[in-house]
Amino acid sequence: MPSEKSVIALDGARKHFGAVRALDGVDFHVAPGECVGLVGHNGAGKSTLVNILNGGLSLDEGTIRISGELVDAYSVSRARQAGVRCVFQELSLCPNLIIVENVRIAHRDLGRSAWRKNAETLIRDQLGKVFPGHTIRTSELVGNLSIAERQMVEIAIAFLEISNPVKLVILDEPTSSLDAVLANKMLAYVRQFVADGGAVVFISHILDEVLEIADRIFVMKDGKAVVDSTASKFDVASLVQAMGSVVRENERRDTTAAAGTVAIALKNGSLQAHKGEIVGLAGLSGHGQTDALVRLYLENTGDWRSRRNNQVAFVAGDRSVDGVLPLWSILRNMSLTLLPDLTRRFFVSVARERELGKLWRERIAIRTDDMQNDILSLSGGNQQKVLFARALASPAPVVLMDDPMRGVDVGTKQDVYSMLREEAGKGRTFIWYSTEMDEVRQCDRVYVFSEGAIAAEFAGEDVTEENIIRASFKEAAA
Amino acid sequence: MTSDRLRQLLPAFSLAVLLISVFYIQPRTMSYLGLNLLFNLAVPIALATIAQMLIIAVNDLDLSMGAFVSFVACVAATFLRDTPLLGVLILAGAIGVYALVGILIYVRNLPAIVVTLGMSFVWGGLAVLILPSPGGAAPEWARWLMKTKPPGIPMAIVASILIAGIAHFLVMRSSFGVVIRGVGGNERSVERAGWSILWVRAAAYASAGFFAVLAGILLVGLTTAADANIALRYTLLSIAGVILGGGEFTGGRVSPIGAVIGALTLTLAGSFLSFLRISSDWQIGAQGAILIIVLALRVLLNRSKQGAGVR
Repeated sequence: MPSEKSVIALDGARKHFGAVRALDGVDFHVAPGECVGLVGHNGAGKSTLVNILNGGLSLDEGTIRISGELVDAYSVSRARQAGVRCVFQELSLCPNLIIVENVRIAHRDLGRSAWRKNAETLIRDQLGKVFPGHTIRTSELVGNLSIAERQMVEIAIAFLEISNPVKLVILDEPTSSLDAVLANKMLAYVRQFVADGGAVVFISHILDEVLEIADRIFVMKDGKAVVDSTASKFDVASLVQAMGSVVRENERRDTTAAAGTVAIALKNGSLQAHKGEIVGLAGLSGHGQTDALVRLYLENTGDWRSRRNNQVAFVAGDRSVDGVLPLWSILRNMSLTLLPDLTRRFFVSVARERELGKLWRERIAIRTDDMQNDILSLSGGNQQKVLFARALASPAPVVLMDDPMRGVDVGTKQDVYSMLREEAGKGRTFIWYSTEMDEVRQCDRVYVFSEGAIAAEFAGEDVTEENIIRASFKEAAA
Repeated sequence: MTSDRLRQLLPAFSLAVLLISVFYIQPRTMSYLGLNLLFNLAVPIALATIAQMLIIAVNDLDLSMGAFVSFVACVAATFLRDTPLLGVLILAGAIGVYALVGILIYVRNLPAIVVTLGMSFVWGGLAVLILPSPGGAAPEWARWLMKTKPPGIPMAIVASILIAGIAHFLVMRSSFGVVIRGVGGNERSVERAGWSILWVRAAAYASAGFFAVLAGILLVGLTTAADANIALRYTLLSIAGVILGGGEFTGGRVSPIGAVIGALTLTLAGSFLSFLRISSDWQIGAQGAILIIVLALRVLLNRSKQGAGVR
């Protein structure tokens, strides 16, 4: 790669988060007048790469060059100086400010005098250029705009040029809230911007869109670049194939016997699980899987009173936020959902609680010498085991799991997989949202979510990585 | 849209209702002297409210406001009068401490409520050290400032309008204010644009300290003497004033004009009860009642906004 010409060039980029290798030796270059389509499934390292490019994260290893010059201390302000702009996937404007004021925040080079008037003219022109015929008033409070309008404003602000020339714009799912007409307007503008010598990194789950706009496709998997070549060589099918990995066989459980009775279902009938089944919720993260789980839970437990024999147990995903009570002991953390069952005449029976703790400590091998120890004395994986025990120890016949294995080591994962299979064999039902393909493949049946709805359903032999990726990435723009 | 506008007008509306009731009960207040008496105690409260509002704008809360204003009052009644240079230095140092507290809260990621609660004992202690018993005397110029009688409009009104105008310019119009409110609204996006959150927060706290210093000096100008506990009620009054004026605890949604109106409303509530010949013991309760009524109205307006499906 002729990196002297590149707007920005990463070489041998590595970034680790604990044991997770988010970027594992990636070379990434963007030349002026080029649009790079960046694709990959969950956890492939796309967001990390974006955050490195915009200066939000620093590299553990590797070099960053801007226009051929080696940069040591790359930061957010250095990135902006170099003309790198970013539109983030989650909307990132200040909802309490009007559009003009958001322009002020985004552009430090606006100058002090008469900035309101300047920002007003600039953003009005820019919105007109990207989305001709829009009806957004620049004095409107961002909080009062629709999601599509916010995204339009954000895109316009990113392309706005004041004193620093805009050289590279990173668009992370820019069309996710736009309808087809607006998306096409934006794509046309991006094409023009690239033709005029600008560089764009384009991330989208709509593969047609990526193939249509990008000159070059950069496919990531497990923190590595697996493909980096011209877009014309690809079609949707080959792109899907490139994102997947070598197919690994794993033995299927025989679940035909249990497939009779429905154990739990959403009220609108879109999702159901049979007794003894492990049902996976897959798709790109944040496409409605957690909402579906929460809805399932609330529809089946929506009750003010706490009671014995709950029908559904929940294993939270974000351990530190939704799961662990950091000041409590391991035992207390584990017995939390069981307290009504352990209670006799208003008091918790300490003996029964201890007994339960002993039983589960042996069953799932929690690595501690005393269940009275602080929960935080355990490693992340073992904390997660405790949360599993909290759900499994309850008599609830249905267990909902919200991507519970994030940041858990491989050994623990294997333990949990076999535990789940064993429990499912006994007739328990699991509904498992996971962002990891290995885990999804453990499931008997999988629902693939896209844009808040179920896009596809696969069972048995059809639960393959390729099928799931194809369903998560849309083939045609809506 | 209409309920948005209504929401903005709500603070002014509540003040008007209260003012008309006072005029109705005691028509003699409808005069130059009467208005001045009704509102002159509101001037320092308005300044403290603006100070509190700057802290609330960055999603924090200052529980040391009352103790700090008391401390400033004690400094103003002693050092600032006897050795003006030293007095100015102390007050400038106090503003610097405010900025440092802001930095500490951000850098160590501490809850602002806890840090400022701790600081309230520091300020309170210093105030007692300076003035162990009530006393001191206001600097001549501060006294003159509060006693002066501009033609036509009473000083209390002039001062309130001035405070509201300056604060509005600073917080709502200037680039500085935009960044401060931006931090309250979405700190990450401000950071991503390359601003230093550290300095923004330090500046917000320092400006809060500045307004609180003005509040303390003018309070002494009014009372002519100071006491270490003179302004303890200001902590809660200032928070109530911000909320009454249409501000919210989180999200950087604040209104300086509303905050001044909120401070005036709270002061007026006290007088209103005196005119009804209700003991002053009930005043705090009445202020609370007014707060609850106004907030309930606001919730109703928000509900109707959501019900109308306006995004």
